Amino acid sequence: MTNKSKKFEGDPNTTGHSWDGIEEFDNPMPRWWLWVFYATIIWGVGYTIAYPAWPGVSSATAGLVGWSSRADVVEEIQIAEERLAPINAKLEAAELTQIAADEELNSYATSAGAAVFKTFCAQCHGSGAAGGVGYPNLLDNDWLWGGDIENIYLTVKHGIRNEEDDDARYSEMPAFGELLEKEEIEQVVNYVMSLSGDPVDASLVDAGAVVYEDNCSACHMENGTGDREQGAPNLVDALWLYGGDYASIKETVTYSRYGVMPSWSYRDRLSEAQIRAVSSYVHQLGGGE
Amino acid sequence: MVNYFKLIALGLITFFAMIAANYARDLAYMVHALIITGVSFGLFIWVLRGTGTKTVIAQDEYMDDVIRYGVIATAFWGVVGFLAGVFIAFQLAFPVLNFDWAQGYLNFGRLRPLHTSAVIFAFGGNALLATSFYVVQRTSAARLWGGNLAWFVFWGYQLFIVLAATGYVLGGTQSKEYAEPEWYVDLWLTVVWVCYLAVYLGTIIKRKEPHIYVANWFFLAFIVTVAMLHVINNLTIPVSIFGSKSVIVWAGVQDAMVQWWYGHNAVGFFLTAGFLGMMYYFIPKQAERPVFSYKLSIIHFWALIFLYIWAGPHHLHYTALPDWASTLGMVFSIILWMPSWGGMINGLMTLSGAWDKLRTDPVIRMMVISVGFYGMSTFEGPMMSIRAVNSLSHYTDWTIGHVHSGALGWNGMITFGALYYLVPALWKRDRLYSLSLVSWHFWLATIGIVLYAASMWVTGIMEGLMWREVDANGFLVNSFADTVAAKFPMYVVRGLGGVMFLAGALIMCYNLWMTVRKAPAKEASLSVAVPAE
Repeated sequence: MTNKSKKFEGDPNTTGHSWDGIEEFDNPMPRWWLWVFYATIIWGVGYTIAYPAWPGVSSATAGLVGWSSRADVVEEIQIAEERLAPINAKLEAAELTQIAADEELNSYATSAGAAVFKTFCAQCHGSGAAGGVGYPNLLDNDWLWGGDIENIYLTVKHGIRNEEDDDARYSEMPAFGELLEKEEIEQVVNYVMSLSGDPVDASLVDAGAVVYEDNCSACHMENGTGDREQGAPNLVDALWLYGGDYASIKETVTYSRYGVMPSWSYRDRLSEAQIRAVSSYVHQLGGGE
Repeated sequence: MVNYFKLIALGLITFFAMIAANYARDLAYMVHALIITGVSFGLFIWVLRGTGTKTVIAQDEYMDDVIRYGVIATAFWGVVGFLAGVFIAFQLAFPVLNFDWAQGYLNFGRLRPLHTSAVIFAFGGNALLATSFYVVQRTSAARLWGGNLAWFVFWGYQLFIVLAATGYVLGGTQSKEYAEPEWYVDLWLTVVWVCYLAVYLGTIIKRKEPHIYVANWFFLAFIVTVAMLHVINNLTIPVSIFGSKSVIVWAGVQDAMVQWWYGHNAVGFFLTAGFLGMMYYFIPKQAERPVFSYKLSIIHFWALIFLYIWAGPHHLHYTALPDWASTLGMVFSIILWMPSWGGMINGLMTLSGAWDKLRTDPVIRMMVISVGFYGMSTFEGPMMSIRAVNSLSHYTDWTIGHVHSGALGWNGMITFGALYYLVPALWKRDRLYSLSLVSWHFWLATIGIVLYAASMWVTGIMEGLMWREVDANGFLVNSFADTVAAKFPMYVVRGLGGVMFLAGALIMCYNLWMTVRKAPAKEASLSVAVPAE
């Protein structure tokens, strides 16, 4: 395998070495290559003088143009905050119910609210706000804690069943697996299903109505329409947060549910203006009251 | 006599590995202990059966068996890695492919490091092992140093690959990109790598040529630097001797900096310097022309290895990393542009006087397009390291496209070229089984890469623009999920590009297999170590 490199008339000299038949021409480096290389080095020296670059013992050179990425961010945020300060102040001072009527304020609140929603709320409620299993749909008319602007605002501000905000909305459904007999649970599940559709076993509905009356009606009301004061879902509509099939309802009754939403005012996660903005946005998605 | 020591050592390893499996605190560790038990017990039996028989090895012949194994391993791991890549590409396009029944094992998060390690370390690593062993022997006119140590390096490296891959699927990971294997796998790789360095240096030291060929400078730089990077980025303290989890000694932004010093130089020394070594041997051989310029090779070599090592901070622009480090990373990346291109110029210009071969020889065409992709990615890289460009491109698919035009185009194609050269040479065949199949491979792979890179440019720039899009009041318009949804069509195109690249590799495997089986034998082949001059 020591085939030598082929050479032609007019080839430059080689360096005189050969490895396994490979030789090397004694060509100079291409001039353009060399000059571009020099140019990048000169540019590099200049750039490191202009910008923060060379480390010393306890700090680094700051650079002649005085640029700093952190100062840049601070400045940009400051400019944005100054620009928005008047309208944010107006938003914070406005009556919640009056925001929608003020065209300028409303247009601002809904676009700011949309940005807040897509950043902080979309993870659970979906980027289109249609929710998912365990995460309420915000587009329909079914509200657990109330769908008017003031209730939405309170929910966003303090959250639900979290341990960080003393004003968080709170209620807790018992896990009836520990309180009722297995048969009673099957009966009441059939009764609940009959409120909005067809039970699995119609013969258990009447017995289930008695169980419901004794155990559930205090919160979900005698007619099953629920109670927004305590976030008790309406059971007569066909909308289900955790699923409306037999197995899901049985699981809900047996083990209960405990959906948690963070408090967005806690530690200034969102500013007052942002909370008002996102409340306006949600209120105007379609289901607001 | 040596065999008795080996038997005692293997017996002890088997015994302790069984104990480790028994006390294992997690699944990955237990499976690994069982793998080591099985391997060391199998070796014990094998050594036992071989004890007492003597084999005579002709010391003046090249050690080619280990390279033949390396060639097979390269092709095998290549297909595995490409297949994993195609699968995870479709997992991104169609999330339903993250099967419920395989959650925690075969979901994207577990398979992604499997793919990257399979292509970089298993495919690329075996290609580097095989070609460096081949090239150092030929250009030194000396048999590999260290007797069977080269075999230990080869099989030890395969064990590393198996431990790394099974570890990822079972959840044993340090979560450091391209350095995922846990502490005991790292320790094992360190042992293997030091032996690799010893074999390589030993062979160069006993060379019969007066000078060291340029390919060997690059291979040596690759081996030495990877050893340093690997050790420093993997300084961890195990939580338990019986568990896979370990804690890194670096903290916070320093850990990030060490990680990307490692990560970028894994690209610089594993995927660039090592593969330039490959390029510097196989292109002049295949073109049968002298290397274009010795001066260029020496200057671009030293410039490349000096500059590359500082470029890592460009992976951490606009993070907790101080501005000065970010500036230096960017400046060194841009100065690195010409030294990187030195390799491209030397590769392409070596063909001057042999350009006609582009028409007749698809293997040289493969090598040329590989150097072309190398030139393109080493321009794109410095460009993306500029802070203003990076603020758009960072965290987007543009990075993925950049990496793949380098990995598929440069590393993949030069390796395919080397394999097409090596198989007839090693199996003493007169020629390849089919040149038209090489052409098929060439076009499938090239179009596949173009689809891949182009679709990722489009999604990357789109994604970057969508992330920054603000409305008249200055508020962000898109949620993260909106950008994911918008990328769907390009994800499908990317997946198809991957399918084409994989199909090309399968055609290559068939062609190489048939070359060994069917191609006419070469007469009077010479595998005795004779200096060229």
